[in-house]
Amino acid sequence: MSDSDDTPSVIDRTRTVAVDGPVANVHFLGDTAVFVLGEEGLVFAPPDGEQRVPVHTGGILASASDGKRILTGGDDGDVIATDAAGHLTVLATDPKRRWIDRVALGPDSAIAWSAGKQAFVRNAKGEQKSADFPSSVGGLAFAPKGFRLAVAHYSGVSLWFPNAGAKPDFLEWKGSHLGVTFSPDGKFLVTSMQEPTLHGWRLADNKNMRMSGYAAKVRSMDWSTGGKWLATSGSDQLILWPFGSKDGPMGKQPQMLAPSERRVVAVACHPSQDIVAVGFEHGLVQLVRITDGAEILARKPTNAAVSALAWNASGSLLAIGTEDGHGGVLNLA
Amino acid sequence: MSEKIPVTLLTGYLGAGKTTLLNRILSEPHGKKYAVIVNEFGEIGIDNDLVVGADEEVFEMNNGCVCCTVRGDLIRIIDGLMKRKGKFDAIIVETTGLADPAPVAQTFFVDENVGKQTKLDAVVTVADAMWLKDRLKDAPEAKNQIAFADVILINKTDLVSEPDLREVEARIRGINPYAKLHRTQRSQIPLDEVLNRNAFDLDRILDIEPEFLESGDDHDHDHDHHHDHGHDHGDGHHHHHDHGGLKHYHDEEMQSLSLKTDKPLNPDKFFPWMQKLVAEDGAAILRCKGILSFKDDPDRFVLQGVHMILDGDHQRPWKTGEVRDSKLVFIGRELPEEKIRQGFESCVA
Repeated sequence: MSDSDDTPSVIDRTRTVAVDGPVANVHFLGDTAVFVLGEEGLVFAPPDGEQRVPVHTGGILASASDGKRILTGGDDGDVIATDAAGHLTVLATDPKRRWIDRVALGPDSAIAWSAGKQAFVRNAKGEQKSADFPSSVGGLAFAPKGFRLAVAHYSGVSLWFPNAGAKPDFLEWKGSHLGVTFSPDGKFLVTSMQEPTLHGWRLADNKNMRMSGYAAKVRSMDWSTGGKWLATSGSDQLILWPFGSKDGPMGKQPQMLAPSERRVVAVACHPSQDIVAVGFEHGLVQLVRITDGAEILARKPTNAAVSALAWNASGSLLAIGTEDGHGGVLNLA
Repeated sequence: MSEKIPVTLLTGYLGAGKTTLLNRILSEPHGKKYAVIVNEFGEIGIDNDLVVGADEEVFEMNNGCVCCTVRGDLIRIIDGLMKRKGKFDAIIVETTGLADPAPVAQTFFVDENVGKQTKLDAVVTVADAMWLKDRLKDAPEAKNQIAFADVILINKTDLVSEPDLREVEARIRGINPYAKLHRTQRSQIPLDEVLNRNAFDLDRILDIEPEFLESGDDHDHDHDHHHDHGHDHGDGHHHHHDHGGLKHYHDEEMQSLSLKTDKPLNPDKFFPWMQKLVAEDGAAILRCKGILSFKDDPDRFVLQGVHMILDGDHQRPWKTGEVRDSKLVFIGRELPEEKIRQGFESCVA
C-alpha cells in the first residue's frame, strides 16, 4: 500500500482552512490560496486568516486563473473576475441567463467563456466575438501564444482564431470531448473524453494520438514543468504521458506511479520540479517524484474525494480542497 | 455516502399534457423542491430557481454499439446541479415530444458520475387519449415512449368515449403490458403515482406480471398474450382479437415477449447467452426485466436492461414455499422471438 505508515509525511505542515462547503477548484493569487466553492463564493486564505467573498447567486460551474485574477462562470449567467484584493468585476451576463459552463483565461488578459453551444472570447481591449459550435462546449483552452482557442465538443475540437474571421479549423475524432489542454509549447493538443480515454493531436500534422487504458473518465490533467509529462487522473495510479520528444507519447507507454487500491481523482504538477501532487478518491494526497516514484504523504485518507489541488507560483505552497468541504494549505518552504 | 437523488423522466408526444403534469407537480403543496430540466424555456408557469434548459444532445459512446447513446447535455447539467445539492429533493427531466427515452435512461447507467449521484426513478409517459392511436401509426417516437414507460397517463379522457378509451388502452397494452396505466384529465393524478416509483431499482423488482386497469377488466388474464406469429397477418399493422369483450392488439412492430420456466437455470449458460443476445440484438430490445432462479443458488437473481446495458444482482433468498420460477420479459422492436425463446430454453440447467 502506498499510504502505509513508513511513507515520509509533511502533514504537520498543513494549515486548515475553514471553507465550509464542497470545494470545486482552488487557485493561487500570489501566496493567497483561493478556494472556489461549488456554490456562491470564494474563500481567500492568505498566509494569515481567511475571508469569504460572495461571487455568484447560485452554483459556480467553472473557474480559471492566471495568477492575477480568478474568472468564474455561474448558473446565474454571470462571468465574474475577482482580483487579489477580493474585488469583483462582472465581465459579462448571458442575456438569457444561461449557465456559464466553461471559462478560460488566455495570454494578454484575454478571456473566454461558453454557454451551451456558444463560445465567447474577449481581448484586453474589450473586443468581443462569439461562435456557435455543433454541440455543447465541453472544454475551452487558449493556446499558449497568440489569440487562438481550442473548443472541445462532440466529435472533435475546433481551433478558433477569433481575429481571422474564417471558420474554425476542425480536428475530428468520434466521441464526446470534455476537457482540452495545449501542451506548454503549443505543439500538442489533448482532450479528455466521455469514455475513459484521452485523445491527442500533434498540431504540426494533425496526427492522432490515443491514450487509453483508464478505469474512469479523466477529470484532471496537468503539464509537468517544461511540458515533459502530462499527469492525469482516472486510474488507480498516477498516469504520466511522455511529451518530451517531438513524437509525444506516440508509440510509447505511459509512466505509472503511486499505485494504490483507490482511484486518482486530482493532479497538480509542481511549477519547477518533477513532482506531482496526487489526490485520491478517499482523500489521500501524495507528493510523487517523477524521476524515481518516491512518495511523500501530504494528506491522510478520510472518506471524501480530493476535488482540488494547486501550487503557488514558486512551488512552496500546495492548496488542497475536498468534496466534503475541507480545505488546507501545505507549506513546504 | 448521501442518498442518490431520484430523477423522473417525463415523456409524451407533442400536446399530450407533459407540461401540464410538470406544472402540477411543481405547484402542489408537497413541500418538496424540484430541479427541472426542460427543453423549452418559458412553458413552466411556476417560479423555480432550478429550471435548466437542455439541448437534447444525443451522443454515441465509442464502444462499438450504435444503440449505446447518452444525453451529453444531461451529464453536464447533472454535474452542475450537483453543486447545489441540498437545494432540491429530486430532478425532473422533461423531454421534447420527439425524444427517445433510451439515451436519457442509458445516461444513468453509462456515466459513472451521474450514476453515483443520481438514480433514474421512472419513465412517465403522458399520452393523448384522442390522438395516441394515430400517433402510434405515424410517429415512431410516440411508440417508443409508450414501450419504454413505467407509468402511462392516458390523458384527456374527457374528450373520448368509453369504447374509444378501451381501444387506446388495448393498443398500449399491445405494446407494453407492464406499465402502470392511469386515466387522467388535465394530467390530474396523485403525485405518488408518478414520483418515487423506484422503477429502475433492482430491489423493487418483485414480480413481473402484466398490469391491468381495474375498470372493466375483471376477467382472467392468465392466458398467454404472446401468441405465435407464424401465421400471416392479413390486417396490416395491427392484429386484434377479442377475449370476452376486451380487445387485445398485437403491434407488429413493437411488442413484448415473456419467458418463463420452472426449471432452474444454469448461470454459466445464462449470462453468456444474455450478454450475446444484447450485444447482437440490443438495438431491438428497449427494456428487459427478469427474476431468475439459478441451480444450487439460494438467492433470487434480478435483472434489468436498457438496450445493450444490463444491470443485475442477487436480491434476497428465495422464501420457503415460494415458487422458484424464472421469468424474463422483453419489450422491443421486431424482437427475434424464436431466437430468444430457444436461447432461454437452452439455459436450463
